[in-house]
Amino acid sequence: MNVIEIKGLTKIYKTSEVIVKAVNGIDINFEEGEFTAIVGPSGSGKTTFLNMLGGLDKPTSGKVIISGIDVWKLSSRQLIDFRMNNIGFVFQSYNLIPVLTAGENVEFIMHLQGKPKKEREKRTKDLLEAVGIGNRINARPSKLSGGQQQRVAVARALASKPEFILADEPTANLDSKATNSLLELMSQMNKKYNTTFIFATHDQRVMDKAHRIVTIEDGKILSDEYFERD
Amino acid sequence: MRIITIAWRNLWRKPWRTVITSGSIFFGVLLSTFMTSMQYGSYESMINNVVKFYSGYMQIFTQDYHENKTINNTFVFNDSIRQIIEDEPKLTNYTSRLEYFSLASSENLTKGSVIIGIDPKRENMVTGLKKWVEKGQYLSKDDNAVLIATDLAKYLKVGVGDTIVLYGQGYHGVLAAGIYPVKGILKFPSPELNKQFIYMPLNSCQQLFSAPNRLSSLVLMLHDNYQLPSALSHLKSKIKPPFMIRSWEELQPGLVQMIEGDKAGGLFMKSILYLIITFGILGTILMMVSERKRELGVMIAIGMQRYLLSRILFIETFFIGLLGAAAGIAASIPLTYYYYLNPMPLEGDAAKTMIDMGIEPYMYFSIQPDIYYVQAIVVFIITLFIAVYPVIKAYTLSLTSALRS
Repeated sequence: MNVIEIKGLTKIYKTSEVIVKAVNGIDINFEEGEFTAIVGPSGSGKTTFLNMLGGLDKPTSGKVIISGIDVWKLSSRQLIDFRMNNIGFVFQSYNLIPVLTAGENVEFIMHLQGKPKKEREKRTKDLLEAVGIGNRINARPSKLSGGQQQRVAVARALASKPEFILADEPTANLDSKATNSLLELMSQMNKKYNTTFIFATHDQRVMDKAHRIVTIEDGKILSDEYFERD
Repeated sequence: MRIITIAWRNLWRKPWRTVITSGSIFFGVLLSTFMTSMQYGSYESMINNVVKFYSGYMQIFTQDYHENKTINNTFVFNDSIRQIIEDEPKLTNYTSRLEYFSLASSENLTKGSVIIGIDPKRENMVTGLKKWVEKGQYLSKDDNAVLIATDLAKYLKVGVGDTIVLYGQGYHGVLAAGIYPVKGILKFPSPELNKQFIYMPLNSCQQLFSAPNRLSSLVLMLHDNYQLPSALSHLKSKIKPPFMIRSWEELQPGLVQMIEGDKAGGLFMKSILYLIITFGILGTILMMVSERKRELGVMIAIGMQRYLLSRILFIETFFIGLLGAAAGIAASIPLTYYYYLNPMPLEGDAAKTMIDMGIEPYMYFSIQPDIYYVQAIVVFIITLFIAVYPVIKAYTLSLTSALRS
C-alpha cells in the first residue's frame, strides 16, 4: 500500500544570474514499512527532495500525497499539524532541544499533540528503553554522546506514531560504532512498528541496510533498486 | 512541558548574559526610581513650603475679589459656606483671613504694608505662624496688637512694646486708622515677607477697616497634595457664585511651571536611561534569536505552531525585563525609604540658596507608590516593544534556511 505518492515534484531556485532545477520532475511512490535510502552526490537534490516530501520546503510544482492528502494544499497551520501527526524527523545534527532532558525531548511532541500525561510518560519511557537509553531519561542533550543524542532523536521521531520517518544524513556525525548501533536500532524499529524510514545519505553503511535505494542526480531519479536484506 | 518552563530554562542557557542584561535593567530602574523619588520629594517639599507657609491647598474668595483685590470685594462668612467646608471629609483644617493694604507709621517713618487679619489659633494650625515669632509673643484672639515682620520693624525702628500707627482706606472708602502695640517680631525665611507683613487678630483688623464679619479669603488645608484633585473637584461642584475656589496651583502658577519644567528635564534624562536599557535588551534578544535559528526551525518542523513559538520567545523577553525590573524596584524601595526618613542634607552654596528661598536645606525623597509601579510599567512597555522582533521572527522564519543554518 502506498503511503506516499509523489507526482512531478520540481523545485527551481532562481537567482539573478542562473536558474537551478534542484529537483526536476520526480515521480515516485513509497510503501508502508519501506526502509529506503535516497542517495546521490552532494548537490544532487536529495535534501531538497526530502524537505519537500516532509512539508518543509514548498515545491515549485508537483504533488506530495501522503495517505491521500495533498500536503502542499494545506494551510501553514494545517501543514505544521500534519507534520506533527504524520512525519517523524531525524536530522544530521540531532537537533534536540537543549533545555529539555532526553525524556522531555521525546515527550514534547506528544505534549503538542495534546496526549494525556500518563500516556506521554509511559510512551517516553518505553521508547527510550527501546532505543537503549532508558537510564538517561533525565539527562540533558549536552550530557549525552552523539550516538545517544541521535537515539533520542529517533525516539522523538517515533513518539508521535508517524506514518513515516525522514532522516537526513542521520549518521554523518557519528563514529562507526554509533552508526552501526543506530542503523541496527532503526532497522529494529522498522520491523517492530512497521514504520517507513526514508534516508537521505551518502553513507555506504546506511545503503547496506536499505531495502530500496533510490539514486538521484541533477534532480532526477537515476535508478530505483530493491534489495533483499536479513 | 509548559512553554513557560521552556522559556525560563532558555533564559539560563547563558546565565551571564541574562544576569548582565537583567543587571542593566536593574541599575536603570534603580537609578530612575531614585531620581524620580528625589524629584517628587523636592516637589513635595516646595509645595509644602508654599502651601503650609501661606497659601494653603485651596482658597475660597469672591469672584470680584479674585479680579480686584480691594476690601470692597470681601465677603461675610455665612453658614452655607461654613457647612460646605465642614462637610468636606478631606479637609484637615481651615482658617479665615482679612487681607488688605495700609500705611504703617512710627514717629516720622512710614511704609506701605500688607495687613493680615487672622484667627491666631487656626492660623497657627494651618501655617505654623507662631514658629516665626523671633521676639515677644504670639497673638491671642482678643488682643488688639500686631505682629510685625523683622525688616519692616527695623525700618520703622520699633520693637516689642512699641506702638505703630496703621493708616489707610477701609470698607467703602471709610478712613481706616488705629494705634497698635507691637506684641511680637516675626522673622520669615523670605526677605520679601520680612519687608511688608503685619499680622493682627481678625476682629481688630475688621474694626480697623470698618468691615465687621468680612473676610477676604478662607484658607483650606488637606493632608497632602495627592488629595487635592478630588477635594477641589468636589468643592468646585458645591461652591456657587459669587464665591469661587482656587487651588494653590491656580494661585501659584509660577511654581507649577517650575515643577513642570523640572519634570520635563527629568523625563528627558529617564528617556535616555531607558533608551540605553532598550538597546541592551534588544541586543540580547537579537543574539538569542539569531543563535537559535536552527533550533527554532526544528521546533516548527516537528510540529510546534508558530504562535506557540512566538509565545515562548515573548515570555523569554518578558522574563528578562521582569527580573531586572523586579530586582530594581525591590532594591529601590528600602533605599528611597531610608532617604525619605533621613533626608539628604545639602551643603555649601546649594544649602545657602535654599535657605534664602525659605526652604530647609535638605534633599527630600518621596515614597509615593507611582514612583515604583510606573517603572514596572515602563519596563513592561519596553519589553512589549522589543518582543515584537522575536514574535515577527517566529512567524516569518524560513524553515529550510533555519534548518540549514
